[in-house]
Amino acid sequence: MQCDVCQSKEATVFLTQIVDGKMQKVNLCEACSKEKGVNDPTGFALADLLLGIGASQEIEKTPAAQKCPVCGFTQADLKKTGRLGCSNCYSVFADSIGPMLKNMHKGTAHVGKVPAAFKKSREQDEKIRALQEDLTKAVEAEEFELAAQIRDRIREAEAEPAP
Amino acid sequence: MKFSRIIASTGEWLSGDGPNRQIVVSSRVRLARNLRNKPFPGWAKKAERLEVMNLVKEAVEHLPEMSDAYSENLEALSPLEKQVLVERHLISREHAAKGVGSAVVMNAPQSLSVMVNEEDHLRMQAIRTGLQLDNVYSMIDRVDSELEATLDFAYDTELGYLTACPSNVGTGMRASAMLHLPGLVMGDQINKIINSVNKIGLAVRGLHGEGTEAMGNLFQVSNQTTLGEAEGEIIGRLNRVIEQIIDHEQNARALLAQRKAVTLHDQIGRAYGLLCHSYSISSKEALNLLSIIKLGIDLSVFPDAHRFPVDELFIETQPAHLQKGAQLQKMSSEERDALRATIIRAKLSQVPQPDIANLKLAAPAQPDQQ
Repeated sequence: MQCDVCQSKEATVFLTQIVDGKMQKVNLCEACSKEKGVNDPTGFALADLLLGIGASQEIEKTPAAQKCPVCGFTQADLKKTGRLGCSNCYSVFADSIGPMLKNMHKGTAHVGKVPAAFKKSREQDEKIRALQEDLTKAVEAEEFELAAQIRDRIREAEAEPAP
Repeated sequence: MKFSRIIASTGEWLSGDGPNRQIVVSSRVRLARNLRNKPFPGWAKKAERLEVMNLVKEAVEHLPEMSDAYSENLEALSPLEKQVLVERHLISREHAAKGVGSAVVMNAPQSLSVMVNEEDHLRMQAIRTGLQLDNVYSMIDRVDSELEATLDFAYDTELGYLTACPSNVGTGMRASAMLHLPGLVMGDQINKIINSVNKIGLAVRGLHGEGTEAMGNLFQVSNQTTLGEAEGEIIGRLNRVIEQIIDHEQNARALLAQRKAVTLHDQIGRAYGLLCHSYSISSKEALNLLSIIKLGIDLSVFPDAHRFPVDELFIETQPAHLQKGAQLQKMSSEERDALRATIIRAKLSQVPQPDIANLKLAAPAQPDQQ
């Protein structure tokens, strides 16, 4: 039997755990079990292995009954597999995934490539956000004439057809 | 295109030329993409996987880059054929385990390949000789931009490209270079290098990626994280680290030549002797010895004209390639070891005996002349 983590070496450590009445099994090779610190199998979930220790606690922040309306993926599935069901799961399980991403990556927001279809909408969003900040400032300063102008510009920006 | 045609020629990355190719075997960039609101392959039902596969395959086959493509559903490939593709780094070991509902599309020079329904709906990669991650990224970036016109990729303004595993979210990019580091291994410095590279958030892996053993002194260096950094920054960071590793490797070779000359000469001579005269050799032993011959070519102990035939042996002596060459579906490991030795003997008989007196170190940081 192959190790579930490296999928190359022979598994020699077999872990079985009952979580919420469901059985979870994980097979690991010697090296991976050491690397993942699996010598005490209590309170251990596959998600911890794949996504880093502590991931299963983060996952529990999402209510157990939570289910993705698009693909039917549940919190328990996330805990079991360490993967998501579909792209919509990212918003369904946002509370769990957010802290996990923080531990896993250099940042929490994407700064790389933007698909052409999103480029315009991103610019639009940023423009509207900036105008809304100006509006708040204008209102705080009681410059209501300026505020009215800004409000009109926000309406204009929002009315622009989304790509 | 037929599988036999793909097999007949080794990929462009093996025969081609590129910057620093003595130490950097190849540069590879992989992008993970998914279709919006379609279950990821690991969660999708068979019918859903088939639907996505047909959609994606159609789009990929219509790319101008794929005008002369090899495209096949995985269930149509024998385990042996899949393993051949794994040994050529055209599909992953995980993908080779897939069947109905997964596919692979690659161009004729084997520089571009797209795995359909691996862990993500699309895993596309570009690969080239030597250190040229920037070029390789532009290649795959163009393919990605062309595909987004016909496929609705799952993209979030905050999190970027959404992937089955949160560890790939953001750019969905894994950039890697395959490095040949016999000097650092012989000089016992490799672990120090691996540890320091790991500390700065890059991964060092064996020949076939995650969890595989380092054989033939080949190591893959790649980025670990995908969110919070732009593609260019990730590649820039990787380039700087790889250039440093190249310097260390050159220094390690110089140090060996100066302080441990006898050991170095002995290793090259023995590798040549063993490969020329063995009648049964394991894949691991063959790779480790071929690595020393490759080092010998870098050091001018063997004529440079033999570089390509020796590089080819790294692939040709892998288990599935041997078996495919012998046209046998079943072969015992003893039979393979014997065939491997025969093929190596035949090729090495063309290579003259090591000319140790001619040993020269490559001048570091010089553009590589072929």
